[in-house]
Amino acid sequence: MNVPRELKYVKTHEWLNYLQADKVRIGISDYAQEALGDIVFINLPAVGDPATAGEPLFDLESVKAVEDIISPVTGEVTAINEKLLDHPELINADPYEAWLVEIGEISGSEELLSAAEYEALLAEEE
Amino acid sequence: MKLLFERSREGHSAQHLPQTQLSGYSLPEQLRRCRELRLPALAETEISRHYTELSQQVHGVNSGFYPLGSCTMKYNPKIDEQIASLPGFTGIHPLQPVSTAQGCLEVLDRAGQALCEITGMDAMSFQPAAGAHGEFTGLLLIKAYHQARGEGEQRTKVIVPDSAHGTNPATATMCGYTIVNIASNAAGGVDLDALRRAVGADTAALMLTNPNTVGIFDPNILEITRIVHEAGGQCYYDGANMNAIMGLARPGDMGFDVVHLNIHKTFATPHGGGGPGSGPCGCKAHLAPFLPADQVTEAADGYRLERPAQSIGRVKAFFGNFLVVVKALTYIISLGAEGIVEAAETAVLNANYMKKRLSPYYHMAYDDFCMHEFVLSLAGEKSRFDVSALDVAKALMDHGMHPPTMYFPLIVPEALMIEPTETESKDTLDEAIEAFIAVQRQLQADAASLRQAPQATPVRRLDETQAARRPVLTYQEKEL
Amino acid sequence: MASYIPMSAEERRAMLDVIGVGSPAELFAAIPPRIKLPALALPPGQSELETCLLMAGLAAKNRRFPLIFRGAGAYWHYIPAIVGSVINKEEFVTAYTPYQAEISQGILQAIFEFQTMIADLTGLDVANASVYDGASAAAEAVNMCRDRRRNKALIAATAPPMVIETIRTYCFGNNSGLELIPCGPDGLTDVAALAALLNDGISCVYVQQLNFSGLIEDAATLCQLAHDAGAKFILGVNPIAAAILPSAGEIGADIAVGEGQPLGLPLSFGGPYLGLMATGAEMMRKLPGRIVGQTTDLEGRRAFVLTLQAREQHIRREKAGSNICSNQNLCALAASVYLAAMGNEGLITAAQNCYAHAHYLAERLAELGFVRLHSAEFFHEFVTDSPMPPERLLAGLEERGILGGLALAEGGILWCATEMTGKAEIDALVKAIREVSGQ
Repeated sequence: MNVPRELKYVKTHEWLNYLQADKVRIGISDYAQEALGDIVFINLPAVGDPATAGEPLFDLESVKAVEDIISPVTGEVTAINEKLLDHPELINADPYEAWLVEIGEISGSEELLSAAEYEALLAEEE
Repeated sequence: MKLLFERSREGHSAQHLPQTQLSGYSLPEQLRRCRELRLPALAETEISRHYTELSQQVHGVNSGFYPLGSCTMKYNPKIDEQIASLPGFTGIHPLQPVSTAQGCLEVLDRAGQALCEITGMDAMSFQPAAGAHGEFTGLLLIKAYHQARGEGEQRTKVIVPDSAHGTNPATATMCGYTIVNIASNAAGGVDLDALRRAVGADTAALMLTNPNTVGIFDPNILEITRIVHEAGGQCYYDGANMNAIMGLARPGDMGFDVVHLNIHKTFATPHGGGGPGSGPCGCKAHLAPFLPADQVTEAADGYRLERPAQSIGRVKAFFGNFLVVVKALTYIISLGAEGIVEAAETAVLNANYMKKRLSPYYHMAYDDFCMHEFVLSLAGEKSRFDVSALDVAKALMDHGMHPPTMYFPLIVPEALMIEPTETESKDTLDEAIEAFIAVQRQLQADAASLRQAPQATPVRRLDETQAARRPVLTYQEKEL
Repeated sequence: MASYIPMSAEERRAMLDVIGVGSPAELFAAIPPRIKLPALALPPGQSELETCLLMAGLAAKNRRFPLIFRGAGAYWHYIPAIVGSVINKEEFVTAYTPYQAEISQGILQAIFEFQTMIADLTGLDVANASVYDGASAAAEAVNMCRDRRRNKALIAATAPPMVIETIRTYCFGNNSGLELIPCGPDGLTDVAALAALLNDGISCVYVQQLNFSGLIEDAATLCQLAHDAGAKFILGVNPIAAAILPSAGEIGADIAVGEGQPLGLPLSFGGPYLGLMATGAEMMRKLPGRIVGQTTDLEGRRAFVLTLQAREQHIRREKAGSNICSNQNLCALAASVYLAAMGNEGLITAAQNCYAHAHYLAERLAELGFVRLHSAEFFHEFVTDSPMPPERLLAGLEERGILGGLALAEGGILWCATEMTGKAEIDALVKAIREVSGQ
């Protein structure tokens, strides 16, 4: 299972890439995309939507399931990866390249895990 | 298979209507549609053959065994269809004076009384067009009831077990409620402690299926409804599994306040490839003032229509799927008191027979006697052979039967839910059992081949991912 | 008693032995004795002959009118013979929802064809496999438009009362707002009133084209107003009139809904009917109900399958936009066969005949003193006043085998003519009215 070292993770299987101290890109981990299977659609939020750490922000659809994406931080959606709207398969192809949303004005976050800690979590769940 | 549109040839047509004798009336040009219609141009021969060809690629109850759990795919008696096609029913306008539609009102009245007797309810509305629509109606009755008592603001939660049909939580959301999911106990029933923790002053209702979705009658049912009532909540009965107990036990006696029935399951009306169904909603007297639309009442001069005093409004136009009710009444009259009981008992007998005979070959999710259906789990096969419930379901098609319901209920991993119904012979059940056993042998001997099933069907497995990622929902001429 | 159980006493015994119980009663041990029902208080079962006589007797208690000039949401149209022939095919009748695509291609393809024809009729991109009826389709469409910011719908007061009441009931359910757009003195939706009601809390505007009085609304203007205020526009359509009136797509509607009963379904005391729903590609994933899509099978053949299922209750549960599962599939099939049998020409002929007959009827009625209450253009229904008490007129017509127009609570009579009521039938009505009124 691919777990890039430079990223942070949360236990709900999202990854975080801090662009600035108060701005982050998030996506889902390799583990999450594999568990979900072929992703067919992504219900992205709108730029300007509020995000609350620990609360569902939007969802991804596979053929037979829906997965909530839990916001790992509190802030405001500043960008969405529009390319995914037409090409949700990019998430399956490279979950770390296919960022989902960018959240700015961050004022709080869930407990963040390092790559090593996240790997330990995955090992536990196996 | 060609589409209607691909068979279309300019100049082919059937003249069904005369040109009007009244020329000189026509819609002003500026009010007319510009976009040209693109309906197919076909002669009747072509249409007839087209649909015959389509019908040959459909497995119906009349084609073979159809043990689709939770759907009660029993035989649909021909007399029911014949009665429902009488011009004395099909030719009646819903807004005729009631004095000229007394037969229709009597159908609704008789069917209502019979279903009240079978469910132990006091009143029945036939407005809902299907089970989910009946759920919606029933929960609205509860909402209106709490509001009328001044508890509408306070009672905001609906309790739903994790084994429930997806319609239950979806319905509660449509009625503005938040959902409290409670876990099931090891026997597949309601966990009484979890229920006690969940109820409170904010409880609007509990929604429950009994026999539940794993095919087990919850022995604690009286305690369950008591707990909810003591908290001031109402008990909603999802009638999807009524076929197991009709004539033997009644939701009203179990403590339920409101029920919906699936006429197209329990009362033998056909499913039509997905509908029309009929989902009458019955309730106890304290909820009857809130029923939707008009109720039939009997007066000295015949039947009348009357709007309940605090009606929630209506959930569709007119009286519901009336012809489906005609079929159900025909069925109920044919079977009578003893026939209804025999149907339920035989449905349960058939399910237990299959369960017993399949037990050596498949892992049963629950050990006890089942009601009208049972659930087996392929979790073991999944981990040992990497063969899923889906693979087994697809392989069963090659044995000429419709597969069981897959992946439901959600609390059983790799679930297959089997409901044989009462209208199957021992020979049919034995053949199906042999098919299940053959698939288990194939699974152990050659798992890879199972993942390729089915082989003998008109088409093989479909690319559902492509269908959902790049939806093509209408015929596009240009593509060809 | 009729029985549909193919089982002998010996077979029953053998099965009980396999299970290891003496009687079926033992299988019901989980039911508390307190609630075991001793006996159903229903009559004993009947033979097929007895049942047939009893039910035919009920049908005979209804009065079937050979001539019908009443619509108001249920319309008397010609149904080509091929419709009944196709929808009575046992495979179509007795199958469940086509969950297993490999053995359900016939139903799936038929739905795909239905979706295509409804999209064509409405001029929109996609349609679903149908919902319960036109009124519930309207309520579902209103629900599609709600979001966090916009939670109130504006409904034309000119829409049929049953449609308004159904939408109101659904709004009672989900705690969303609803306000009626007043009707102007001309019988049409008041454009200025709509403009005054619109604001950024309005989710959608619902207008029914043909309104309840049968009049043709200025849908394009109303749609433009709604869009200018950021609200969605839902057009309720009559599928026969849709053959000649501007399509919902041309008008700019976001969603089209309609009662599909005129497309090959008998009156049947109000059901089963057929709820039509179509929308543009942008709102496709908000459509409730079943949707069939095209794909390929393992061998690359074109095939059809239920798709976009992640919208639906069995996957999304409490987050689903609607709880609907059943559609009106056999009714949708009837509509497909009807549309295929009629073709472009046939459907346009049906629409033109409706229009011509209704306008001829209006002229003849006016000569008898039944004057139209509105001057706006109409299709196949219209409201007149009555020079005599409507109850007396209608009762007199009923005695002569004619179901006349519908007496409206607010006064006036709502008349309807279709391709079934041509010159001869209308002249018969005129003669009957003369007799009843003593003219």
